[in-house]
Amino acid sequence: MLSSSTSTAAILDASRLPLPLSRPFLFRPGASSACLAERRMRPLTEEETRALFERLSKYIGENIKLLVDRPDGTYCFRLHNERVYYVSEKILKLATSIAREKLVSLGTCFGKFTKSQKFRLHITALDYLAPYAKYKIWVKPGAEQSFLYGNHVLKSGLGRITENTNQYQGVVVYSMSDIPLGFGVAAKSTQECRKLDPMAIVVFHQADIGEYVRHEETLT
Amino acid sequence: MATPGVEELLARAEQEEALSLRQITVHKELDLEYDLGNLLAMDPNPPEASEFRRHGGDYLRALARGNTQLLINQLWQVPSERVEETVVVRLPEANLRLPREKPPPRARPPTRWEQFAKLKGIRKRKKSNIAWDEAQGEWRRRWGYKRANDPTKKWLIEVPATADPNEDQFAKLLQAKKERVAKNELQRLRNIARSQGREPPAPVPPPGAPRSRAQLGKELQVTRRSTASVGRFQALLPREKEPRGVGKKRRFQPLLGDMAAEKQRQLELLGALNRKEPRLDVTRAANKQLREDEQEAARSKKRRGAGRAGTGKKGKGPGGARAGKKGKGPGGIRAGKKGKGRTGKRNKQEH
Repeated sequence: MLSSSTSTAAILDASRLPLPLSRPFLFRPGASSACLAERRMRPLTEEETRALFERLSKYIGENIKLLVDRPDGTYCFRLHNERVYYVSEKILKLATSIAREKLVSLGTCFGKFTKSQKFRLHITALDYLAPYAKYKIWVKPGAEQSFLYGNHVLKSGLGRITENTNQYQGVVVYSMSDIPLGFGVAAKSTQECRKLDPMAIVVFHQADIGEYVRHEETLT
Repeated sequence: MATPGVEELLARAEQEEALSLRQITVHKELDLEYDLGNLLAMDPNPPEASEFRRHGGDYLRALARGNTQLLINQLWQVPSERVEETVVVRLPEANLRLPREKPPPRARPPTRWEQFAKLKGIRKRKKSNIAWDEAQGEWRRRWGYKRANDPTKKWLIEVPATADPNEDQFAKLLQAKKERVAKNELQRLRNIARSQGREPPAPVPPPGAPRSRAQLGKELQVTRRSTASVGRFQALLPREKEPRGVGKKRRFQPLLGDMAAEKQRQLELLGALNRKEPRLDVTRAANKQLREDEQEAARSKKRRGAGRAGTGKKGKGPGGARAGKKGKGPGGIRAGKKGKGRTGKRNKQEH
């Protein structure tokens, strides 16, 4: 299930390459990037895997198991340019024939490690977060645009919310027509949301599909 | 059976010859251009598209075979000789100039002197290699062994009026020469370092010179490792931090290693993450226990102190909370004893 129109546009652009693959790798043919990729692509270390899984489990809980153990092929997480890519073994093997500094992206970027080794999820991970999300929030049509511009979700824009959502629980934000728009953190539990001021923040914004336009140059 | 006639034999021989000739003759509209020095043949005939469409790869293979045959035919035109049972041909000079494999070597960057000379417009003037030696009365080399007017070979040196009369002027000359050679060597090394894009190494500070904090840290690190066991058994001083940047190299799993094992590891990690009961970290638990004990002790001590302050009238020393501690009273046995002892000591010191 692909989440949004903007993310499919990115895929279509990539699919101009003559490879019959759903999520191929991107590379920059003539460009010489100066110092971005100093280290080679590699699997995650134990600590990095832990950081990644802890972050992912805030949104999809134990459903991470479905990402790791897939019946339709071998998929793995790889670190490249400080970014974590979720990629099938097949594409990974193809990508090894591309020079490190020329390789922009492969598979799906889940996020990046900050310089202090914290993991940040990127909006590109939404394709995998949305189908497995445990806690969801639906946003009213009037508040959609505000969220897609990078603002928090206010109580006035809250359409529906999953029962028994805890405070500070990772949630995926949907429009009322069930299109995933992004994700964030619940500012209040479901119980507290009931009796809340209309201007109070319900979900802290973390990422939204508007970033495909706003952060076009940094997303991979 | 009748033996074959002479004519028949001749006809067969002719046929065989024609067959072998057909194998080595190739017909071309335009002759090939040869460059035997490079073992190169260029075919100016355009390839036939219709043939290629009909036969595909076979046509290309036949074309390549024919052209190779022509090249080899051409090689047989060159006079050959026999070296140790092998027919050898000396190839002519190559006509086509191939580009070199590697880029041309880069020019040596100018030395410091060359930069300076260019800036000042100093030009090199050519001197002859030989010079006239007055003393010997002959032409000699200007530099090096047995040179003309060698200043180190003087048998007599005038002592300058300002110089110390007991100073050895010959030794002074030799010393000056040695220093010039050393300086030149240093500058040569500096030029090499600069040409390789590295900063010339900083001079070693003389012993006893003031050093910065970073320099001292670096020296300490080196000293630590300068033992017979390369610093392996060198204990850290109390409250000394582990030196940074000298750790082990990180080793990562291979990019395309054992995928099944990687998956297994991740599933195990997931299992550990999802386990409901928290894992027992022994060190953390022990530390926590110790901390709690300490806090408990501190709290009880404080409580005792506060209690004494309340009944401060009983204290012997000058008033205040501390005085309460010193006094003997209904506190713990240990506290009472200590308090007594300490007061005694202090009193002695004061007197």
